[in-house]
Amino acid sequence: MGTSTTSEPETVIATRDLTKRFRGGQLAVDRLDLTVPRGSVFGFLGPNGSGKTTTIRMLMGLIEPTSGSTALLGRPMPVEAGRVLPEVGALIEGPALYGFLSGRANLARIDAADPTSEPRTRRARVDTALKRVGLAAAATKKARAYSLGMKQRLGLAAALLKPRSLLVLDEPTNGLDPQGMREIRALIRELAADGTTIFLSSHLLDEIEQVCTHAAVMSQGRLLTQGPVADLAAGARGRLVVTTPDPGEAARVLEVHGVHGITVSGPRVTGHPPAVDPPDLADLNAALVRSGVRVRSFAIEGTSLEEAFVALTGEGFHVSD
Amino acid sequence: MSPTEPGAAAPVYDVPGPRTDPAPLRDAAARRPRGLGRGSGLLRSELRTTFLRGRTLVMLAVLAAVPVLVGVAVRFETGGDEGGAGAGPAFIAQVTHNGLFLVFTALAATLPVFLPMAVGVVAGDAIAGEAATGTLRYLLVAPAGRVRLLLVKYATTLAFCLVATLTVAGSALAVGALLFPLGKVTLLSGTTVPLVEGLLRAVAVAVAVAVSLVGVAALGLFVSTLTNSGIAAMATTVGLVITVQILNAVPQLEMIQPYLFSHYWLSFADLLRSPVEWSDLLSNVGLQGLYAAVFGSAAWARFTTRDITV
Ligand SMILES: Nc1ncnc2c1ncn2[C@@H]1O[C@H](COP(=O)(O)OP(=O)(O)OP(=O)(O)O)[C@@H](O)[C@H]1O
Ligand SMILES: [Mg+2]
Repeated sequence: MGTSTTSEPETVIATRDLTKRFRGGQLAVDRLDLTVPRGSVFGFLGPNGSGKTTTIRMLMGLIEPTSGSTALLGRPMPVEAGRVLPEVGALIEGPALYGFLSGRANLARIDAADPTSEPRTRRARVDTALKRVGLAAAATKKARAYSLGMKQRLGLAAALLKPRSLLVLDEPTNGLDPQGMREIRALIRELAADGTTIFLSSHLLDEIEQVCTHAAVMSQGRLLTQGPVADLAAGARGRLVVTTPDPGEAARVLEVHGVHGITVSGPRVTGHPPAVDPPDLADLNAALVRSGVRVRSFAIEGTSLEEAFVALTGEGFHVSD
Repeated sequence: MSPTEPGAAAPVYDVPGPRTDPAPLRDAAARRPRGLGRGSGLLRSELRTTFLRGRTLVMLAVLAAVPVLVGVAVRFETGGDEGGAGAGPAFIAQVTHNGLFLVFTALAATLPVFLPMAVGVVAGDAIAGEAATGTLRYLLVAPAGRVRLLLVKYATTLAFCLVATLTVAGSALAVGALLFPLGKVTLLSGTTVPLVEGLLRAVAVAVAVAVSLVGVAALGLFVSTLTNSGIAAMATTVGLVITVQILNAVPQLEMIQPYLFSHYWLSFADLLRSPVEWSDLLSNVGLQGLYAAVFGSAAWARFTTRDITV
């Protein structure tokens, strides 16, 4: 990854004791210390209502923290918003559009709102952004006639009007069809390869696992953990699931090979492969067959992050309020 | 990728990729707007968005229709009495002799209700409407700047005050010229002046009427910063306009009436005297300025500290 200039801060987002208590008394974010390294694709995970959007709003200077501080690109927010935000593209809690304006006019207006953007190249910037998210053909259509996915794309296009040092994307694939999701993931990888740091909130674990280098997990306003995805997922591997008409023998063979926590229910045998020095799954399968176990299916179930997440929150992935 | 290579996927950006510039943050401050150009983009966008919007055009069309109705009524109902078209000075009786008086009649007829209502809609919707659709957060992270956005919104509302007034005046002048004779103008003080001077005075009257709306605009903008519903802000502002009009008509409230924004509204008629009687006109300007200062500050205080949770 191209991380060349040393004068830019290595930490792109840094929060210290960031706390937000809403006027109703709801503690939405509780003493958050978040560190997002430059060049990372940072997944911000958490169930509904865990405080992801509230955190993002504080990062972007939209709401005032009750206490604590934030810095974006090494500068304090919201005091330096005017300097920092032209470098930051954002999609916050879904897109918002002027229904009576065309897609192109919507982008032109957002671009005009940035006092650092050059009016003479506005049209070209807008068209490039539209093309980038696959909306070039619908550029002149009124935004109120856009489908949900098209609106989401237009919101992304607004975040991509300029080259950014940081992109903050709150559930960017919301409302997209599978093809659209793939396109957005490809776009994120492409932007990351260009050196843009991407901060991505989501409750889709496999999405985070597919694109993110780092992740943080929120629950009820608190940060449970953060770090490189590989570290988070380590120690919490997926479950091995074997279906066979010979479950007893299968369980015995698996145990010999270090699989622990084995449970047998009917033809299904499940267990956890050893965390240290894990055996090659192909060898494990071969060992089963050699011992005369007739294997119908052999698979790892549950993403490793999901396991990690369940282990962390202890309650699985649902609304905690 | 090498540090000197601009992002290949970013061909038309006005600055090279973020990693090509050695200065941290590419010194955005140095590229802040100085004169017009970059900084005025939002104002131009706001003016375009406001004046090309269907709702605005409908309101302007309704305002333009008022002089047509009054003119046609006067033309075909001559001999009738001069009531009905508003509480203003009795311009309407003069319309049949001089079409220019339709301008004054129409302004007097629209100033109490139609004009402030239209201004209330535009001002009330200014911030609250953006909040309701969620576009406010995208303007602010662009970053529009809260003070800048508020100033742009107020400037646009003031532009609407002027355009709305000129729409009524322009339509009235056209209808007046079409249906009635134009000629020398007999002022309220009895002096007769040439048509050209009459026209100039009509322009001055239109400006005085537009200035009369400055207070409502500020009030509406303040209300607009209080809520996330454009409809609620518009309704509140229009409700306040009507309430103030009622208060201004209750004799027992004489003490507070000089502070009601509509108190000097009919002072524009003083421009049709020779010499012009300035005292009420200037009082009006002062009062509107006071409203702009008080509610402008309140809007600023509210909007710059408010949590944008929508
Ligand atoms: N304006 C508000 N006033 C009061 N409470 C709020 C407000 N906005 C959010 N909350 C509360 O703060 C908590 C965090 O909300 P937030 O929107 O940050 O969650 P989230 O992690 O983004 O959830 P989701 O995945 O559903 O988008 C929730 O309990 C929510 O009810
Ligand atoms: Mg959210």
